[in-house]
Amino acid sequence: MSAEPTTKVTPSSLGPDSEGSPGASSVTQGSGHRDDYGSRLGMWLFLVTEMVLFGGLFIAYSYMRYRYPVEFHHGGGELNATLGVINTLVLLTSSLTVVLAIVAIQRSEKGRAMVFLGSTLVLGLTFLVIKSFEWGAKFHHGLYPNAPHLATLPPGEQVFFGLYFTMTGLHGLHVIAGLSVLSVMLWWVATDRIRQDRYIHLENSGLYWHLVDVIWIFLLPLFYLAA
Amino acid sequence: MSEHVEPASEHATEHPGYGTFIKVWLLLLILTGCLVGVSHLGQTYAVWGLLTLTPLKAGLVFYFFMHLKYEGPLFKVVVLVTLGTLLIFFALLFSDVAFH
Repeated sequence: MSAEPTTKVTPSSLGPDSEGSPGASSVTQGSGHRDDYGSRLGMWLFLVTEMVLFGGLFIAYSYMRYRYPVEFHHGGGELNATLGVINTLVLLTSSLTVVLAIVAIQRSEKGRAMVFLGSTLVLGLTFLVIKSFEWGAKFHHGLYPNAPHLATLPPGEQVFFGLYFTMTGLHGLHVIAGLSVLSVMLWWVATDRIRQDRYIHLENSGLYWHLVDVIWIFLLPLFYLAA
Repeated sequence: MSEHVEPASEHATEHPGYGTFIKVWLLLLILTGCLVGVSHLGQTYAVWGLLTLTPLKAGLVFYFFMHLKYEGPLFKVVVLVTLGTLLIFFALLFSDVAFH
């Protein structure tokens, strides 16, 4: 049991040794090549494109809110802040369970990792169910994209609900994408494709899920609270 | 395979444990409570809460949950450059709006 093979099969997905020595996590196993550092960097580069995508919408929101302050106030008053806050708590907790699943994998606690990942999936689905109730109520009141009732509202409120459905809808699609990826991760943990010495896919999926959480952190005050 | 288990466990001790993340989660819940609280105090407080507490919450998720704290400088630079770019676009838009 020499030190050499050990360093090869325990790439640093995290930890101080990855700092300042990017190549440390580059691993060659058999005929395949693994580069966990590069993999994470690639994921982060994808995530910054997502940040720019939503950032553009946030900038659009800021301008429209500046232009139609009263209408945005009225529009926000129509939304159910309690459901928005509950969904925030749900998503924050789901972010915690993902990161705990990674800790569990790092400690070879497969059972725990599966419980944490399963909890994340349940919480993500809970978020979507609450969201669907919220949207359903809006639809019931004639508030949906291109609705006849919406056309009778002042332009500022139309813009508000346009941004509300676009941003929460796009975010909802990201939740569905994140849940799909995390379901695969749960399957891979169960089948030992993700394990203590090989969990970069779980880490990257977790990064995506956290970004979805961060976007919601901004959506809550913009639509539900500050109005 | 078994020969790798012991050193891997040693390596695992370098990672942050369950406790760190649970504390961050509790802090996030408290900050959310504060955000909801200040939003009831009036429009001005709500906007200030939005501008201060929300980036703080996002920062905690980035720094701890997304492991930026444990990454090298390149990852931090990538994120900061992106946020800086968005800020520049934001400033350009509102500098234009201000003179209309």
